[in-house]
Amino acid sequence: MELVQNFPFLCIVFSLTCGVLCAVLKGRAAKILCLTWLTLTTAMSLAVLIFTLKSDSFYIYRMGKWNAPWGNEIRVGVLEALMATAFSGVMLLSLLGGMHHIFADCEPEKTNLYFTMCALLMSSLFALIYTNDLFTAYVFVEINTIASCALVMLKSSAKTLVATTRYLIMSLLGSGLFLLGIVILYGITGELLMESIAEKVRALFSTGEYSLPLTVIIGLFSVGLAVKSALFPFHSWLPDAHGSATASSSAILSGLVLKGYIIVLIKIFYRVFGLEVIMAKEISQFLFLFGVLAMICGSVGALRERDLKRMLAYSSVAQVGYIYVGIGLHSRLGLIAACVQILAHAVTKPMLFIAAGGFMDVSGGHKSMSAITGAGRRDPLGGIAFTVGALSMIGIPFFAGFVTKLELTQAALGSGNIAMVTALAAIAVSTLLNALYYVPAIFNIFSKNGQSDYKGLRVRYRADYALSCVAFVLLNIGFGAFSEYVVGAVRRGLELFGM
Amino acid sequence: MRNKRFFSRLSDFVEYGSFREEEYTLSPSHKANIDTDTPENRWLTSVQHSERSAPVRLMDWLKLRGFEVFNNLYRIASVIICITLIAVLLSVVVFLPPFGSDDNPAVNEVVERYVSKTVEETGATNSVAGMISAYRGFDTLGEAHVLFVAACSVIVLLRVDPSERRRGRLVDPGMTGEDLDFEPNSDLILRKAAKLLVPLSFILGLYVILNGTTSPGGGFSGGALMGAGLILCSVAFGFGRTQRFFGDGMYHLVKTVCLASYALMMAYFIFMGANGFDDHVWLGVPGSIISGGLILPINIAVGLEVACTMYCFYALFRKGGL
Amino acid sequence: MPDFLMNLFTNYYETAAMILFGIGFTTLLTHRNLIKKIIGFNFMDAAIYLFLAAKGYIAGRLAPIIVDGNTDPSNYVNPIPTGLVLTGIVVSVSVTAFMLALTCRLYDRFHTLDIDEITHLVRKERD
Repeated sequence: MELVQNFPFLCIVFSLTCGVLCAVLKGRAAKILCLTWLTLTTAMSLAVLIFTLKSDSFYIYRMGKWNAPWGNEIRVGVLEALMATAFSGVMLLSLLGGMHHIFADCEPEKTNLYFTMCALLMSSLFALIYTNDLFTAYVFVEINTIASCALVMLKSSAKTLVATTRYLIMSLLGSGLFLLGIVILYGITGELLMESIAEKVRALFSTGEYSLPLTVIIGLFSVGLAVKSALFPFHSWLPDAHGSATASSSAILSGLVLKGYIIVLIKIFYRVFGLEVIMAKEISQFLFLFGVLAMICGSVGALRERDLKRMLAYSSVAQVGYIYVGIGLHSRLGLIAACVQILAHAVTKPMLFIAAGGFMDVSGGHKSMSAITGAGRRDPLGGIAFTVGALSMIGIPFFAGFVTKLELTQAALGSGNIAMVTALAAIAVSTLLNALYYVPAIFNIFSKNGQSDYKGLRVRYRADYALSCVAFVLLNIGFGAFSEYVVGAVRRGLELFGM
Repeated sequence: MRNKRFFSRLSDFVEYGSFREEEYTLSPSHKANIDTDTPENRWLTSVQHSERSAPVRLMDWLKLRGFEVFNNLYRIASVIICITLIAVLLSVVVFLPPFGSDDNPAVNEVVERYVSKTVEETGATNSVAGMISAYRGFDTLGEAHVLFVAACSVIVLLRVDPSERRRGRLVDPGMTGEDLDFEPNSDLILRKAAKLLVPLSFILGLYVILNGTTSPGGGFSGGALMGAGLILCSVAFGFGRTQRFFGDGMYHLVKTVCLASYALMMAYFIFMGANGFDDHVWLGVPGSIISGGLILPINIAVGLEVACTMYCFYALFRKGGL
Repeated sequence: MPDFLMNLFTNYYETAAMILFGIGFTTLLTHRNLIKKIIGFNFMDAAIYLFLAAKGYIAGRLAPIIVDGNTDPSNYVNPIPTGLVLTGIVVSVSVTAFMLALTCRLYDRFHTLDIDEITHLVRKERD
């Protein structure tokens, strides 16, 4: 076994240790440790990605002396490595971009805990991406839940406390359903490893045994993870939590945490149950429907919002809808679109939140639309980042968001009549709505009004913020320009997934 | 504006139903009309009332009675949710394999291997300990960190800096800190009982941790016992005296060392196992205390971590810090 | 009584677990009092442990601790659910502590445990 193949496991285990060490260090030292470690994990994940692309296959890494059904194991393929690289890079850039906010918003002696939570969150995201075992997924989902709630409440105010409480309650409902699903599935198959369950489920499905329990289990998984990833009817906690947290937290929560749960759901659907069972049970029809509703309602919610960060949070609801529409089309193309959307949204939304944080800096700490008028002129770098992000969200060619819309349209064209018409209509309406709130926002931040209050203001860029903005912009444009490579990698990854 | 409020109410309704009376009481001017109950006013009100269309009148009625109606509906809705969920889940139970039979699907080759090979492969006679710390050790590593992340979150929420407490500043302006006044400071019965129970719970905890490989128990249960001993100690003999040997620094030291060494041990174990190297861990004599290879040190690390965390929870909920 | 309903009584642990889960879930979802929400959450988790423990039990067998070198699998019950319950309990303790700490802070701030009222107060503060 080559050294590179150990990297995923090192990323998971030592992110935990990095978190533990950050808890005893002082704020600055914890920051340096956390950033260094995140840079390292990004590099390691990139190495793993190159390795898997070169070998053009996946490998199983057993966590211990024993093989799969006895021990734990992780599975590393092109898709997993791609996600891990993107997530850890985005985490690093989000932390950099909001660094001064973190130090301003957290209580001074508790700042180090922010980095603890980030490291633990990163570890759980790695574990969710790589895991091949349902119970491991549950344990790390819980770490993810607590750490992400903590990220919201580390900015100490009454509003974040209430937002955290609501977020936590909804998350707990979700994980309760998820755990019950695992437990019942264990009851009827006796396995926890994904491949073994898949075998048993296929056998049960062909004999028609346990038909109702299987349906209920799929329902429990779908609802549980949909609540945690804020699919439309369960999204009410999201705008508060993402709107009130500090800039980096909002970026990380919107860009990465929601996606972690969706990746688990994709794994459960296609590696545990298989396309055949999922299609027969028709649960994904509901996911499709709710995804379409989320695309529309999320955008409508964003349209009504007068607060920049809450608007972006509502936009996340709509974007999660795209992912679910992709999953709900239950075709290979649909799944490719969903995975591309996970990546595209992960590189776009954090940039918008970071830029929003920058605007708050130059607008006296306010984040309502009227207060940030002209902020793009006072903070041109943030303005450019926001514009790129907004154009990408609308779906202008050569930006990341366009790739998703293209893939999703192709997937829709390849599906059945009603699904095709619904999906195409939803994409069209959603694009229009996106334009309706992002374009005025762009005009607003570059407007000439509102400069008089800030005559003497001179923006001095912090290196971390500038680096983060530039890197995000390049990442986004690169994603759009070299989309065929990304889509190709995703396609190959999904083939290795057994799709 | 009205529309927006309607939507936000509706979205709240989906989750919690945050309808409050205040939003439903009538506007001051309207109220004044009703309060002054003169004939003219009554006439005026009725004219005003009949002038408005039916939906508006309905809204008015809802404004006055809406909260009660909503409350009742909310209760009924929750009962319906509860019954539907239970019905769906019970319909699953109907199809499940019968309780206690030896041919249910969960009894398969994995279980057989865990039972028949644990002693040989992990050196532990307690196959549950063998399973959670060796076979599925990665899960348990995650589990220990769940406890850690929760402890950190509680620290974020409740910890008060000692210097700020001395100055009388608490986390929130509303926080009174009066709980501290109700603590018993020298309760004779408590102290006598604690003198007996504290050593006992420590010894029992230690016993459970060390014998985790051969008997029921292990790091988590033993650690909880030791944590209970610490809490009892602090309740009976005062917080200050416990702080002398177990304070903030000690807590962080023990916790970091335990978790870091646990992660290192697991990393070594996994790395060697995955790459097919021999890990040179002596498995010990099955059935004796020194057995189970890495399981014993892992149990000790987990036990100390759990004890720390339990005490940390107690100390923080007492409105203060370690 | 039809045959399939008899199964509910054969699997009485599972039946009880599901009823408890339903009650806990509804309490966590719909109750307004934060402490009761936490109690509901603990109900929910306890129900899952009961279900798991029932799944692991096999009539007439011993706890999975090897005695006297007897490693015949047909002597012992299933050890896996025990391990899962252990993990579940630790997770539930952690989350309960976190929830309680949040509740403490909210109570100190707003002097009420009613989540609706707290939400309302925060909204009013913002406006």
